[in-house]
Amino acid sequence: MSTRPAEALDRGAAPWLFAAALATTLPHAEHQPLWLSALTAAILAWAGWLWWRNERLPGRWPLILLVAVACGGVLFEFRTLFGRDAGVAMLVVFMAMKLLELRSRRDAIVVVTLGYFLLLTHYFYSQSIPTGAWLLATMTLVTATLIRLHGGAASTPMATLRYAGLLTLQAIPFMLALYLLFPRIAGPLWGLPQDAHAGRSGLSETMAPGNIANLALSGEIAFRVRFAEAPPPRGRLYWRGPVLENYDGRTWRPQPGRLRPPQIEAQSPALAYETTLEAHQQRWLLALDAPGMLPADLTLDSTLTATSRLPITQRQRFSLTAILDYRFNRNEDQPVLRRNLALPGNANPRSRELAESWRQADPDPERLVQKALTLFSGASFTYTLQPPLLGEHPVDDFLFVTQRGFCEHYASAFVVLMRAAGVPARVVTGYQGGEANPVDGFIVVRQSDAHAWAEVWFAGRGWTRIDPTAAVSPTRVESGIVAAMPAGEPLPALIQLRANWLRTLQFRWEAINNAWNQYVLGYNPERQREFLSRLGLPNPDWRNLAAILAIICGTLLLAITAWALYQRPRLDPAARLWQKALRRLARRQVNCAPWETPLAFARRLEHERPALAPAVREVANAYLQARYSRFPDDLTKLRAAIARLP
Amino acid sequence: MPLLAEFKRRLFRWQSDGTAPLRLGQRRIFILPTRAGLLFAAALLAMLTGAINYNLALGHALVFLLAGLALVGMVHAFRNLYGLTIAPGRCLPVFAGDLALFPLQLSSDRAAPRLALELCAGDGQPAVTCAVAAHGLTDTSVPMTTTRRGWLELPRTRLSTTYPLGLFVAWSYLQPAMRCLVYPQPLPTPLPPLQAATRAGDQRGANGQEDFSGFRERQPADSPRHVAWKASARDGGQRPLLVKQFAGGAQHELRLDWDLTPEAAAPEARIAVLAGWVLAAEEDGACYGLRLPGHEIPAASGDLHRHRCLEALALFPA
Repeated sequence: MSTRPAEALDRGAAPWLFAAALATTLPHAEHQPLWLSALTAAILAWAGWLWWRNERLPGRWPLILLVAVACGGVLFEFRTLFGRDAGVAMLVVFMAMKLLELRSRRDAIVVVTLGYFLLLTHYFYSQSIPTGAWLLATMTLVTATLIRLHGGAASTPMATLRYAGLLTLQAIPFMLALYLLFPRIAGPLWGLPQDAHAGRSGLSETMAPGNIANLALSGEIAFRVRFAEAPPPRGRLYWRGPVLENYDGRTWRPQPGRLRPPQIEAQSPALAYETTLEAHQQRWLLALDAPGMLPADLTLDSTLTATSRLPITQRQRFSLTAILDYRFNRNEDQPVLRRNLALPGNANPRSRELAESWRQADPDPERLVQKALTLFSGASFTYTLQPPLLGEHPVDDFLFVTQRGFCEHYASAFVVLMRAAGVPARVVTGYQGGEANPVDGFIVVRQSDAHAWAEVWFAGRGWTRIDPTAAVSPTRVESGIVAAMPAGEPLPALIQLRANWLRTLQFRWEAINNAWNQYVLGYNPERQREFLSRLGLPNPDWRNLAAILAIICGTLLLAITAWALYQRPRLDPAARLWQKALRRLARRQVNCAPWETPLAFARRLEHERPALAPAVREVANAYLQARYSRFPDDLTKLRAAIARLP
Repeated sequence: MPLLAEFKRRLFRWQSDGTAPLRLGQRRIFILPTRAGLLFAAALLAMLTGAINYNLALGHALVFLLAGLALVGMVHAFRNLYGLTIAPGRCLPVFAGDLALFPLQLSSDRAAPRLALELCAGDGQPAVTCAVAAHGLTDTSVPMTTTRRGWLELPRTRLSTTYPLGLFVAWSYLQPAMRCLVYPQPLPTPLPPLQAATRAGDQRGANGQEDFSGFRERQPADSPRHVAWKASARDGGQRPLLVKQFAGGAQHELRLDWDLTPEAAAPEARIAVLAGWVLAAEEDGACYGLRLPGHEIPAASGDLHRHRCLEALALFPA
């Protein structure tokens, strides 16, 4: 059986397919291993060369060999053929290889379908506005390829692209309706592979010197907050993360296990706010210190950290409250206090010696705290992002030798001093500050706002926040890290913008991004329910939604069909009237053949239908007069003649 | 079954008498998804599952956009046919075994071209693809394989398109009143001997075919069969084409008689022999007549005569 003419693939279709393949695979090069991108590029180049030289495509064995090489490479790189990254890698390679066996239109359609599928995979890595725009353009290109495949060589490139754009534009109303009304299901449907949420940075669960300083180099947004009322001053914005109680001489770790719930006495009214947390793959939230009432799916652990039941693997919104002035665990358990006095065996002897001497001079905890803070505020201590390396006894080295450090150095050294002096103390990590975006009023907290401070337990007052960094560099707390750092520190470009117009631009862009995140990407089942209840559908089940969707899509389809049916009448008025006359005559079984002129038609009727003939002749004459005479705009006679038709 | 056949006849009938042009309206156009459309739907389903599983908001948007694209593509496939005007043309006779071509003129009064229109006269028949430019006219022919002599009616013909996206096929059935005359398949056989001349006094040599008298330059009216191709080929086409001239051909008469064909052969074979003779006689420029039982065509020559003879053979009741 020979290929039907419609099934053969013409030579001119190949550049479209190459463009579609390139546009859908190229952005993956950013996060794929280099060898894979090189392999893909090589296959594409080979296929392109074969096309250019009009040479035969390779047979089956070279392709099988290539598949084996690609699978082997992916297996070696990712240790699996499935999962997110490996799957994407396989799709990219298959896309390139399919171009090596472009024989019929069916092969080409497989390329286009793969292209659509590859578009989806880009969203694993980014769902930002630019990605969305790029993918919309790429989708139009892939659609244009599909149109070119079916239209053959007769569809010129510009016309094809324009047609694809038209189709995309007409499809957008359907997308909006489906996006808003399609019954949303909260994923995941099944266990996600290990690498589903890889590669996102944030605060970690432990603290060693250098951890937070690394974070400070990132301008990435950690979370966004909107207060119901006026936000508190910046210096009071301590976003509480994990509390670290166990110290091994170098690294701080949290105490595992659940303990009794915390006791908080509020001394100021609760402050309501909404926070949108970026995915950080951890269970803790970053709630404003101290968290008040929590929603049902969150709990407060014994160290006053708000915790979610499941890790936060996607951007998520929470409605929370905060109590800025509080007393926390005035009656603390003895084991907890003992734990917060413990220091590892023989680490940091000089610091302990110093603290011991302070305690012997004056054992009052509050004055001990003051002493330590006074030490840090001395001229010799510097707040810097580039602290020198510390040796075997990091706190000793820091306090007595280098005296240069970032917040974790100060917090760590302070807690060690306090514990050595007999005051229960621990490290709290989280974020401090945040920047109000004047465009949309959200407070943006970035990774560079990551911070570590200390908490000290006083009998009668409970756990009290002490921020030793504030003693060294008060501006860090009051105005943020950019102001606190001396010029020349390697701060990220994004948070370093000092020019005013750039700053405004950045605020605008981030506000747009935030709106995108909140309303477009954050359109989840809850938002959908909210939206529908605002439309007057408080509790729709999927059947109602399906019915509404069907009605809306049906209406849209009808509208587009009406557009398709509507064809601008291209007849002039006289010709239109003549057609009308013919339609009326057709009802009386009189048909004017397409080749008959009006006069010939009238003449024919004279002996075929003598009764009708005079009226028809009159119409024909009036029509010719109206259409071809020197004064062609007189239609009244023609209208009158038609009216006289039987 | 007759009820269904009647229903189909009414549903797909050509307007009026079958010769006037037909404009495709929405009631004549049908739409169904193609296999590629089903593949696309399956891909969309897989993508939707992925988007839900990984909670990709833009993934949802992409899936919904593609679903909308498919729906829009359906309307556009319909639009590619809607309003197309089809006017039947005149068929030229062919020999059995050749492709019969039913010419149709497609015209469009739309400002956009209509591409990838496929015409097919039924299962197992070859398909033909054509396109109509914006406000344009296109002549195309529906091919049909022929096996038997006689009239060949154009069966219900399918005009379909999958343009632009190939996810849906829109089609319409056409049944213009068109028929093509199929000549019998000729069987090359040596010509029967010349009959005695009908007119006395004209009797000369026995072999009228050899009365070749020379060449002359070809006139546009000359049949291509009389061109001396070999002579023209010798000078490489530099000079005008030459035509063989026969002297006295008109005086000699070839009677192609049913009774001269082998009596033992089947009637169809005898008709094939006669058809072969007609072609050979015309090729030789002879003057020939045809005699069939109950039908006689007096001797003459030329294209029209040849057609009359072959038509008589084609329509000869078996």
